[in-house]
Amino acid sequence: MSAGVREPVQVMNRRDFGRALDRLAHEIVERNQGVENLALIGIRTGGAFLAERLQKQIGKIEGVKPLLGIIDITLYRDDFANGLSNPVMGPTEIDFSLAGKKVVLVDDVLFTGRTVRAAMDALMDHGRPTRVQLVVMCDRGHRELPIQPDYTGIVAQTTRSENVKVRMKELGEEDGVWIEPPRPRTLPVAVLPPPAKERSKRKK
Amino acid sequence: MKFNHRHVLSMEQFSAADIHAVLDTAENFLELNSREIKKVPTLRGRAVINFFFEPSTRTRTSFEIAGKRLSADMLNLSGSSSSVVKGESLVDTALTLRSMNPDIVVVRHSHAGAPHLMARHVGAHVINAGDGQHQHPTQGLLDLMTVRQRFGQIEGLKVAIVGDILHSRVARSDLIGFQKCGAEVWLCGPPTLLPPEFARFGARMTYNLEEALTGAHVIILLRVQAERMNSAFFPTAREYSQRYGLNSEKLKWARKDAVVMHPGPMNRGVEIDPSVADGAHSLILRQVENGVSVRAALMMMLLGGGDRPRGDA
Repeated sequence: MSAGVREPVQVMNRRDFGRALDRLAHEIVERNQGVENLALIGIRTGGAFLAERLQKQIGKIEGVKPLLGIIDITLYRDDFANGLSNPVMGPTEIDFSLAGKKVVLVDDVLFTGRTVRAAMDALMDHGRPTRVQLVVMCDRGHRELPIQPDYTGIVAQTTRSENVKVRMKELGEEDGVWIEPPRPRTLPVAVLPPPAKERSKRKK
Repeated sequence: MKFNHRHVLSMEQFSAADIHAVLDTAENFLELNSREIKKVPTLRGRAVINFFFEPSTRTRTSFEIAGKRLSADMLNLSGSSSSVVKGESLVDTALTLRSMNPDIVVVRHSHAGAPHLMARHVGAHVINAGDGQHQHPTQGLLDLMTVRQRFGQIEGLKVAIVGDILHSRVARSDLIGFQKCGAEVWLCGPPTLLPPEFARFGARMTYNLEEALTGAHVIILLRVQAERMNSAFFPTAREYSQRYGLNSEKLKWARKDAVVMHPGPMNRGVEIDPSVADGAHSLILRQVENGVSVRAALMMMLLGGGDRPRGDA
């Protein structure tokens, strides 16, 4: 395993990001032969903004915008039982049936694949799409499920503990992709046992 | 925002921020109703026991639908069909349930505090579905949700709760909940059913319906319980209806955009005239719909918190 980054590293700047977005939009319309029955579904929250951008971009290329929806996967997560700390659920906004649609799932970062698995389960509850494809801005590896993207903005080499951040102007930042060092791991104070000395004192 | 609650026992336990967090989650659950498949796998493999020591169809069904939407296994037990009638104590019942390993126990009981006692022994999350004349927190939350949906906020609204305040757990939960969210709460009813002690909660009190309704945004009518009609609290159902029943004439005392709510089941012609119950101001059916979402949100938030309560409350 490599030592990893110590400082945040930018792997995509604003211009790279714009070019990638443009290429992804072209690839999507090429593979689907236009926008007929095409629906972009962004995975909340990072994928939602990206889906909106792709919709706009495809609209510019084809003159017609594909359908757009946003899906929240909180209720489909497979780690729910293990105790998420305070899951926050956002609204799902899909105001059309997915039956007969070619769906392109949109997410910012592809990591373990578990989010995409949950999103696919959620999708199926909104109807039966004819095809489901996946587009991500950054594939950072370390998959835990057999899931691969159909369209990728960038493939980044990362260690497991690093964080990949896709920043967008919708979030008040300049477009770009960053790899950040792992967050320092700290134990909650209450879990730490008292020092040995104190413990022996207490017994007396 | 952290939801730090193991149980849902009383409106008193919630801060205004907690309340809004529950309502935000509940709003997102409404979307499930419009889907082809109205079930999500979130609580798959979790067990929820509905333990109703007191008859209830509406609340029990609401919890049952909420649990089923989340894929939890729902088990209904009623007081009359359980060993309670054979003289088992509440603590023994709780310990018996505990050995069945439920994740959530929903309790309704005719005695105040019964869910609190259950919570100490049952080893699962407890949701109070109504205890005696004490609290009915999920009703309070769904009322708040219904009002927030209509007015966009709760702060600054005038809320009139009318009827049998003395015996009503809904009135107590609503009073506390609306006050925490910054509404001005008026209580109104006949002197026999409006105990002066409620002034301690900071509620405005009046025996005069017109005073309570003037300028009101929200009117919450309480059910006149049949068993009280024949006792000495008021002379006749007809007289009650004349003085405190809401009809379209009296509704004009309130604001033009006022909303009318009722926890159900209603006595048409006693506390509410059919023209009001079915009229444009009524949100009674919306309350029922929101009830399922609020209960689903609470189940998810309790079980999403991670650690599960053991014996200690």
